[in-house]
Amino acid sequence: MVRMRMNQAVAAALGDEMREDPDVVVFGEDVAVAGGPFKTSDGLLEEFGPSRVRDTPISEMGFLGMAVGAAASGLRPVAEIMFIEFLGVALDMVVTEAGKFHFLSRGAFTCPMTVRASIGAGLGFGCQHSQTMENWMSHAPGLKMVMLSGPQSAYGLLRAAIRDPNPVVVLEPRALYGGRGQVTTGADGIIPLGEARRVREGDDVTVVSAGAMVKVALAAAEASDDWSAEVIDLQTLIPWDRDGVVSAVRRTGRLVIVEESPYTSGWGTEIAAYVGARLFGELRAPVLRITCPDVPVPFGRELEQRYMPNPGYVTDQIDQLLATGRVPDPWWVGEGRSS
Amino acid sequence: MGNGRRMERRRAVAADRVARYEQMVEIRAFEDRVQGLFAEGRVHGTTHTAQGQEAVAVGIAAAARPTDLVTCTYRGHGIGLALGMTPEVILGEIMGREIGCVGGIAGSMHLCDRELGLLPTFAIIGAGIPVAAGAALTAQVRGTDDVAIGVFGDGAANIGAFHEGLNLAAIWKLPVVFICENNQYGEYSRIDLTTPIEDLADRAASYGIPGIIVDGQDPDQTVEAVSAALDVARSGGGPTLLEMKTYRYAGHSRADKAEYRPEGEFERWYERDPINTFRARLESEGLLAAGDAEAIDGRVAARLEAALKAVEESPPATVDAMFGNIYAPV
Ligand SMILES: Cc1ncc(C[n+]2csc(CCOP(=O)(O)OP(=O)(O)O)c2C)c(N)n1
Ligand SMILES: [Mg+2]
Repeated sequence: MVRMRMNQAVAAALGDEMREDPDVVVFGEDVAVAGGPFKTSDGLLEEFGPSRVRDTPISEMGFLGMAVGAAASGLRPVAEIMFIEFLGVALDMVVTEAGKFHFLSRGAFTCPMTVRASIGAGLGFGCQHSQTMENWMSHAPGLKMVMLSGPQSAYGLLRAAIRDPNPVVVLEPRALYGGRGQVTTGADGIIPLGEARRVREGDDVTVVSAGAMVKVALAAAEASDDWSAEVIDLQTLIPWDRDGVVSAVRRTGRLVIVEESPYTSGWGTEIAAYVGARLFGELRAPVLRITCPDVPVPFGRELEQRYMPNPGYVTDQIDQLLATGRVPDPWWVGEGRSS
Repeated sequence: MGNGRRMERRRAVAADRVARYEQMVEIRAFEDRVQGLFAEGRVHGTTHTAQGQEAVAVGIAAAARPTDLVTCTYRGHGIGLALGMTPEVILGEIMGREIGCVGGIAGSMHLCDRELGLLPTFAIIGAGIPVAAGAALTAQVRGTDDVAIGVFGDGAANIGAFHEGLNLAAIWKLPVVFICENNQYGEYSRIDLTTPIEDLADRAASYGIPGIIVDGQDPDQTVEAVSAALDVARSGGGPTLLEMKTYRYAGHSRADKAEYRPEGEFERWYERDPINTFRARLESEGLLAAGDAEAIDGRVAARLEAALKAVEESPPATVDAMFGNIYAPV
């Protein structure tokens, strides 16, 4: 086990994959000489050289298209999108090209590429640099998608993503890059795609979260003596661990989902619908989704903190759910705001 | 709020070279101050400053009319100030206060002033280029003589939106002026590492429009070049690409110390500092007398002090602002 920051865990995963597989190449804006805008590829250029580690121009459509072509012809490219929003100018390459190659070649071609993108609010970057946008990719069969929640998750999921024969989008909460944790490296540290992870045991309620919200859900669970919550890190958003989540919720009888994104069409909507349908009649409370409001991410420390679910709010929402057996209003509805 | 003062600021820059000088001094001092506030931990988030690029900003503001819509990037404080925005509304936005031009909910990268012709500034590279062409389409369809101006960096010349935007503007002969602020860097990468040609103006040839290299460190030349391109566009001659050669004195953003710059590069550019050289020219022409420049420095410092005070007295952006203006009322 090595103690490292999440951005270092990303770099370690890239380095280990590059060492084991000469087909792994890394490119993106300022990833080589500068070691990445968030230092997630520090040291790679020095170790692996300029053929395998490349700085690109500001040409997301171009370099993601190259990732598709390179992947289809034998390499395992890992492309970095600095902020998820920049994927907007290149979405075709991921959603409509990479995600369909295998299907459209009757299995003759694979597209083993990884697209890493930083996501999320909390650092004062304003509404065009703070979204999560996972639903850009979640409606496109052929793609897989994971969301990192800390150093071990970063190391393990990224390595699995690179090894996967399909295009995988790796969403990296920017606010977590500096957070430290113990990381098991090597083969034992790899986390299989498609499996959720229980990060806390509990009996009264199952809290499913992902990314930066895992920490929030954990803190909320720790804060209550009145009920005990099982906390699950979903880890892979597509394909998500249906059986794991359903069996967990079957045991506690209650499902709460904590998401860092607007209420409408969040990833939790799918989980809520699926679990609600599968466990109809077995649930002891309606499914509660705790999300951000349907507004652009505001700038300004206090507003931005208000925007995202925080531990106190999550605890309070779960308190109300358990006390009343009904889904409480989100804070903004409680304040009479319509959004 | 302060509409009269903003228009007055704009008129002064349009009318008078000494006022342009003062505007450049204000931009430099403003950007230095912003960097200082971040360094002191008094501001949250990130910021992108434009010290060294002041002559481009005044060139645009002096030549354009307030009805000529401008698209600009996240590195927009200087252009905003030159267009007439007051230091307090920009600083207020940077510091997340109600007094800010967007009420403090947007931050440093997102300035806007409809009366002065500034569309919300763009934080996605290249996005403003086709949008400027779209503003020009309005002028063409409606038959007004307004012109749109799309301002972007050298790095943006490598993104699809640049090529698509220029081509569209060219085939439809839209009244738009594209202004590339070539400050030699896109983030931490020097232009020659990402772009195989020396002059981005050459790219205009692919679209059959004029591409003109301008000394972006000389406000007389920037004003003249933008004016000429605007005249062409206004009279139906279609788009022009102006490449303003300039230099970004600071790092890319707050966190960047620009240690990747080759030794001596900054010093070489600083020899042609747009403020120093313009000041010397105005002095030699007798437009600035002894003591005038110092008086300008003093006025600017006092104005920025007052702006900071006004911002600090303004409350933080409200939750109401966060829920406001998401949809236009039907
Ligand atoms: C589509 C997109 N890709 C990447 C970025 C990240 N980014 C922000 S500024 C910047 C450099 C831009 O350089 P340039 O166009 O020269 O403008 P400058 O910052 O020098 O004014 C990059 C890569 C972005 N904002 N949008
Ligand atoms: Mg630049």
